[in-house]
Amino acid sequence: MSGVRVLVGTRKGAFILSSDGKRRNWDVSGPHFMGWEMYHLKGSPADPNRIYASQSNSWFGQIIQRSDDGGKTWFQPGTPVGEPTTTPQGMPKGESNKFVYDDSAETGKPLTTHQFYDGTQKPWVFKRVWHLEPSLTDPDTVYAGVEDAALFRSTNGGQSWHELAGLRGHGTGPKWGPGAGGMCLHTILLDRSDPKRIYVAISAAGAFRSDDGGANWRTITRGLKSSYLPNPEAEIGHCVHRMAMHSSRPRTLFMQKHWDVMRSDDAGDNWREVSGNLPTDFGFVIDVHAHEPETIYVIPIKSDYEHIMPEGKLRVFRSRTGGNEWEALSNGLPQSHCYLNVLRDAMAVDSLHPCGVYFGTSGGQVYASSDAGDNWAPIVRDLPPVLAVEVQSLP
Amino acid sequence: MITTKIRVVLPPHLRALAGIGGEVQLDTTLDAAGRLTQRNVLDALEACYPMLRGTIRDHVTHERRAFVRFFACQEDLSLDPPDAALPDAIASGAEPFLVVGALAGG
Repeated sequence: MSGVRVLVGTRKGAFILSSDGKRRNWDVSGPHFMGWEMYHLKGSPADPNRIYASQSNSWFGQIIQRSDDGGKTWFQPGTPVGEPTTTPQGMPKGESNKFVYDDSAETGKPLTTHQFYDGTQKPWVFKRVWHLEPSLTDPDTVYAGVEDAALFRSTNGGQSWHELAGLRGHGTGPKWGPGAGGMCLHTILLDRSDPKRIYVAISAAGAFRSDDGGANWRTITRGLKSSYLPNPEAEIGHCVHRMAMHSSRPRTLFMQKHWDVMRSDDAGDNWREVSGNLPTDFGFVIDVHAHEPETIYVIPIKSDYEHIMPEGKLRVFRSRTGGNEWEALSNGLPQSHCYLNVLRDAMAVDSLHPCGVYFGTSGGQVYASSDAGDNWAPIVRDLPPVLAVEVQSLP
Repeated sequence: MITTKIRVVLPPHLRALAGIGGEVQLDTTLDAAGRLTQRNVLDALEACYPMLRGTIRDHVTHERRAFVRFFACQEDLSLDPPDAALPDAIASGAEPFLVVGALAGG
């Protein structure tokens, strides 16, 4: 490996942090898309120069950006079918930001209402893209998890998007409801061993799996318990914050739920709690070591009402046993007067040796460890609040 | 078909998105009754700058986005019907049509 590229989305723009394989000295590029909320950026595993980015704000909505040169330059890939790629004045066209829910008869007219905070039914209204997941093998295929929760796919490099409507057609849609951050589809996991298997997670509906490329879906929530539900073991309604898996063990899933850290060893059919000795099992991020499938990371947050670090200490917790037994990692991290949060898409690992671990905070710091979490140092300290962190390991 | 040259002012985010340095001048087609409307203005704007589609009004319904306002001649025209006639001063180019981000957020 020659280096790493850390893709950072913040409330006011995107930043790209680059280093060689030693990961000691960093080059900082940005802000890109200054002033816009960058919910997520992610590179294609099949082409590291291909990066997709979700750019949005409450005023002007959703924009999809794409880079084909590793983040040096960006463009909006969308062009209406059959039209020239630019206007006569040479301007790029803008269909890539068009996310329209599928309500066609051919796909079964999927349910178009969901539960609102007050218990009434509301129609689905597109708000933004939370997560972009490029295909493992095709740079032009990319999935988008959106709010209000649905899954979209582009097979032409982000030019146009089509809903995989079977998810909303699952039949449980009227029971899906928004969490405090909105009703978002935030996790998309692709199975390297089975191209037709896709996992997604939704706040606050739960987790779902498709075994046929996204046409049909089943809930995978057996074993989850949520005390904020009238029936704590209900099929629908769990506020899943994040899921992760190791590519070599795609049937083993890890989950940070609203409360509880969970594990499944049968592709999500059954879950068991592995919170063990964590100081609190509330949190948002969870990730897996690049080379050790039983080594996982979480960052506990004090509680659902207090989204801050417990005891004023910024600590990553690592389990080398796939959960239950956790050790605090704090070397290089502030251990007093620290009251930050780390959001669900703001942790990532690289695939160098030793494995690098990265996370970004609500205070604008991006921390990196080049030794699997034993020691930490900030790459940058004063960015806008960090929404997302992804890492590309470069050949 | 009658066309007129109008002026449009966009907020900074949209100017950056469209690569526009300042005020936009557009050749706009009047409707069948010879009037200039919000719809005429936005159709012309999006035809010239397609990357703005979806940022001011919805792609499909063409409803104005909630935090976008339309001002002209010291008036808030945001709640006017999209096919209502705009003031003559906009149609003549004497005054600009302002697309404004509402006071919201932080």
